[in-house]
Amino acid sequence: MAQQVFAYIAHKEGTADDTALELVAAAKKLDPNASVTAIVFGPDAVCNDVAASYNEVWKIGTDAYPNAEVIRKALVNILPADAILLVPHDTFGMDLAPGLSVKLDSAFVADAVDFEGIEDGKLKVVRQEYSGMVSTHVLCDISNGAVINVRPGAFQPDESKSAGGQVTDKTGDAGDLGETTRRFLEIVEAEAGDVDITKSEILISVGRGIEDEDNLEIISELAEAMGGDVSCSRPIVDAKWLEKSRQVGTSGQTVKPKVYMALGISGSFQHMGGIKGAPFMVAVNKNPKAPIFQVADVGVVADILEFVPELSEKVGEAK
Amino acid sequence: MEILVCVKRVPDTSENEIEINNSGSDIERDDLVYSVNEWDNYAVEEAIQIRDNVGGSVTVVTVGDDESEEVLRREMAMGADNGIHLLDDAFEGSDGKGFATILKAEVEKGKYDLILTGAQADDGAGQVGGMLAAMLDYPYASLVNKIDVVDDKKIKVGREIEGGNQEMNEIQLPCVLSIQTGINEPRYVGIRGIRKVASVEIPVHAAGDLGIAPESVGEAGAKVKRADYFVPELGEGAEILEGSTDEVIEELIKRLKEKGGIK
Ligand SMILES: Cc1cc2nc3c(=O)[nH]c(=O)nc-3n(C[C@H](O)[C@H](O)[C@H](O)COP(=O)(O)OP(=O)(O)OC[C@H]3O[C@@H](n4cnc5c(N)ncnc54)[C@H](O)[C@@H]3O)c2cc1C
Repeated sequence: MAQQVFAYIAHKEGTADDTALELVAAAKKLDPNASVTAIVFGPDAVCNDVAASYNEVWKIGTDAYPNAEVIRKALVNILPADAILLVPHDTFGMDLAPGLSVKLDSAFVADAVDFEGIEDGKLKVVRQEYSGMVSTHVLCDISNGAVINVRPGAFQPDESKSAGGQVTDKTGDAGDLGETTRRFLEIVEAEAGDVDITKSEILISVGRGIEDEDNLEIISELAEAMGGDVSCSRPIVDAKWLEKSRQVGTSGQTVKPKVYMALGISGSFQHMGGIKGAPFMVAVNKNPKAPIFQVADVGVVADILEFVPELSEKVGEAK
Repeated sequence: MEILVCVKRVPDTSENEIEINNSGSDIERDDLVYSVNEWDNYAVEEAIQIRDNVGGSVTVVTVGDDESEEVLRREMAMGADNGIHLLDDAFEGSDGKGFATILKAEVEKGKYDLILTGAQADDGAGQVGGMLAAMLDYPYASLVNKIDVVDDKKIKVGREIEGGNQEMNEIQLPCVLSIQTGINEPRYVGIRGIRKVASVEIPVHAAGDLGIAPESVGEAGAKVKRADYFVPELGEGAEILEGSTDEVIEELIKRLKEKGGIK
């Protein structure tokens, strides 16, 4: 491939995000011979942090983050016309990338989970649709460049640190970034709830399969019998049935229990992204093809409305 | 405030097992239950609430086949004032940019202050809103979970970011926002509501009406094309416990005890 590959480096408090090394692996899968350039908006510490892993690091010394509008403008000014840019598919990447591809007049693919080679100028990308229930191959014409959002966690981080790149200051090329139609004000931190599920060892987690608010009682009963805490997937919080502080996932809490019971949860990547530390995972779902069964240790194909009360009863007896 | 909301008719993933057809060219579409994309309902509810607070109108628009009209009527039954159906064989097979191109042409026929989309739909891409904004040169914010109208020139929006934190921004109008679930509680639509709007006329606009060159959209204009659907071969997956309910429960309790799952 003749084109240059770039990776947008997400960072926080002076440290590169985990996706920084995942994108190295993604770029190598895309093209093993590619020279890969990291793009860092912000501090030297992050540039130095990733320099060993990238052939080159371009530094843009601004504090524009998290204003995607400003960063989009800068990227249009510094990237070559046919660049292939990899961006983490997180909340910032979702804000930045689709519009960027329009401004660069290049192709866009969201939430890529794998690459399977390039043929006739078309990159074969693996994606998922319908909440991960099916996968697709997508052919992306990259001849005019491409912006590709890569799912966090989809590629194993490349820890080889074998590139040893130079840091080049590109701030001068980024252009005038002053005027914007969108102005960042502040970050409002999530409120703490009555239980801190990030500290729980046993989580009884409930999803949309519970169907009705009144049915939540069977979940609390099981949690009580097992000595665990109740957590949930996002739709339960959207419906205001449980507090936001009980939501597991990328836009909720990151938990690291010993045991995780997923009850009526399909297993979307945003939900699974909040479960760390490889707990013993049990999934109960009435759909034998639910994606959660691909990641759980033990599965039960059953209706939770019937199964959970029986389980609670037997757990009570077994104690 | 004049508000346009972009909506899509999608297979309802909580009602269906999505399976792939024999050739892998598509999902099995027979007997699928369709509904309006979950995120779009929140967008329409938000638009209705803003209109009720500050005045103006809400228009819902969809790019889709004949049957997509039903989602426009559903959202009108919720309280949207107008519907517009963008329908043309030439639109079929569009990629994200194709859909954004079609919507842009419709936006330019009207005079909207605020354009809303759902944060994502069935393909999980979340791309059309951001592309539409860039094509129109409007400001954009994604994953919006709070909107405060400041005046007729600007609004304050909260974006939902990692960890459930919220990023507050001030944005000039006109702008495009993609709406995240949970921003409000979408109202219930009954059969009676749908009947009320059953005979309201919904204008249909084709490529010609929108001044779109057919080859710039659809399959012909797409740089990104789906080649096939498949079920990935993954690792071992879960060990599924089989037997009578009693046997399954007994085995499960044994495993849970081993792993410290029962205190
Ligand atoms: C930017 C962004 C951030 C997000 N962040 C999060 C997050 O932090 N956390 C999160 O959870 N989600 C998050 N989501 C949403 C996520 O994409 C999914 O929509 C969500 O996780 C689905 O929740 P669910 O599994 O409960 O529901 P569904 O996907 O609807 O699954 C319900 C499951 O229950 C099963 N079921 C139904 N009835 C029964 C029954 N009676 N008995 C047994 N099983 C039954 C069904 O077979 C299905 O598998 C986010 C989305 C976006 C776009």
